[in-house]
Amino acid sequence: MTKQHANWSPYDNNGGTCVAIAGSDYCVIAADTRMSTGYSILSRDYSKIHNCKADKAVLSSSGFQADVKALQKVLKSRHLVYQHQHNKQMSCPAMAQLLSNTLYFKRFFPYYAFNVLGGLDEEGKGCVFTYDAVGSYEKVGYSAQGSGSTLIMPFLDNQLKSPSPLLLPAQDAITPLSEPEAVDLVKTVFASATERDIYTGDKLEIMILKADGIRTEVMELRKTLSECWQHTLSIVLIRISTLGSLCYLELCLKFSCVVNRFSFSYL
Amino acid sequence: MKLDTSGFETSMPTIGFGSSNDMLDGFSTVPSFDLPRTTDFDGFQKEAVQMVKPAKGTTTLAFIFKEGVMVAADSRASMGGYISSQSVKKIIEINPYMLGTMAGGAADCQFWHRNLGIKCRLHELANKRRISVSGASKLLANMLYSYRGMGLSVGTMIAGWDETGPGLYYVDNEGGRLKGDRFSVGSGSPYAYGVLDSGYKFDMSVEEASELARRSIYHATFRDGASGGVASVYHVGSNGWTKLSGDDVGELHYHYYPVPPAIAEQVMEEAAAE
Repeated sequence: MTKQHANWSPYDNNGGTCVAIAGSDYCVIAADTRMSTGYSILSRDYSKIHNCKADKAVLSSSGFQADVKALQKVLKSRHLVYQHQHNKQMSCPAMAQLLSNTLYFKRFFPYYAFNVLGGLDEEGKGCVFTYDAVGSYEKVGYSAQGSGSTLIMPFLDNQLKSPSPLLLPAQDAITPLSEPEAVDLVKTVFASATERDIYTGDKLEIMILKADGIRTEVMELRKTLSECWQHTLSIVLIRISTLGSLCYLELCLKFSCVVNRFSFSYL
Repeated sequence: MKLDTSGFETSMPTIGFGSSNDMLDGFSTVPSFDLPRTTDFDGFQKEAVQMVKPAKGTTTLAFIFKEGVMVAADSRASMGGYISSQSVKKIIEINPYMLGTMAGGAADCQFWHRNLGIKCRLHELANKRRISVSGASKLLANMLYSYRGMGLSVGTMIAGWDETGPGLYYVDNEGGRLKGDRFSVGSGSPYAYGVLDSGYKFDMSVEEASELARRSIYHATFRDGASGGVASVYHVGSNGWTKLSGDDVGELHYHYYPVPPAIAEQVMEEAAAE
């Protein structure tokens, strides 16, 4: 008699990517807004970023959104209890440890959530904590989690490579980039990830945390192939300014016209 | 008057659906975990592990010598073939005179070492003296034994200095506990053992011992793909532990095997001539 294997799994992967970058006095947390299951898109406008109602910490999670929702609720209620007991908001490092413990307490039935926690530490410097699904965490200068993380992390390593916090004599892991540069980097990174990852796209939600408050930006990401022409044109314009080569411009325009003709067939 | 017998509680896990109140209760009993309602627990755990892919693959080592205990580790965490981090802290500071190393599941090691730190502190407060390395390792081994077979992955060494002198114990997720002078744990441990065993002498100075530890980690990271990052070396002496060095293994390579300048100049001349 053949062994019957369970056909139902309590987990599902809804895809998506989350990124966070820590700066000297800011923290940028970004996530796309696409929620998918298998090859279908469930929603183009689903936010993966959670406020935690703490003005110094923002959580962003990808993975199985039902588990993410449950996790966010647990964190929110634990934070509320903390506020009542201690008469103050939780600091970002404290929230980081709370999240780690919360994840580990479901060690034998894990939350299928890949989290990135971003915020400002006690001194006002940006801090990013990155997690695995069962709660192991570390403080880093930048991180990406989710379906596009393997595409994004190498690029962030290249642009932001910060010295390891384990080196002795100790060196600061915070990136020297300014806040507008970091936001720009995040937009570039998501635009690239959208090209190659089917689970990343639609809109990009960016939250910038600074000492005076949280600011939100939303940017459109490529939804389908028909936008390739506009995308190519924008790349061409950048290339003109960097290379100044006319033949390159001609080639790109020819290519983009061809693509425009055919793009509808790929919709 | 009800006496507080929490110190005598046996470490049997309370299997059940622990509500969030358990998290606030303190750590005198074994923390209770939510368990999935399934007939095939092992199969479920296997699937869950596949899905969450905990970070492992490592090289850690520790040895006792004349001046105390030397502890060293790499800092790479790999999830399957992907390097999830190059800066993981694998040497965990349990308290100012005891260190634990991390090998196996990162979350398991982090959590249980933190739990052990809490227990050690409670022991100190209850008994007005520091816990011995033997006692701390026994606490950890008993905790892990009660979760035996449930899929935890912990291969740790507890190193410290207590009243009897330097102490080193190896504890694993099966609940095994071994006292010893030299241990290396992880995927890179065969390579580290080769260098460590051939260079070990009991009568070494702190500098010689730290150089031996650093070299062993470097050689393990050179040959093992799952090890890399930064080689950290700690020393545990009678006054507690100190971090001696943290060096990127890529730079250590050129430090130990520098490219001969003659050849470099030759290559540059040829390139310039082109």
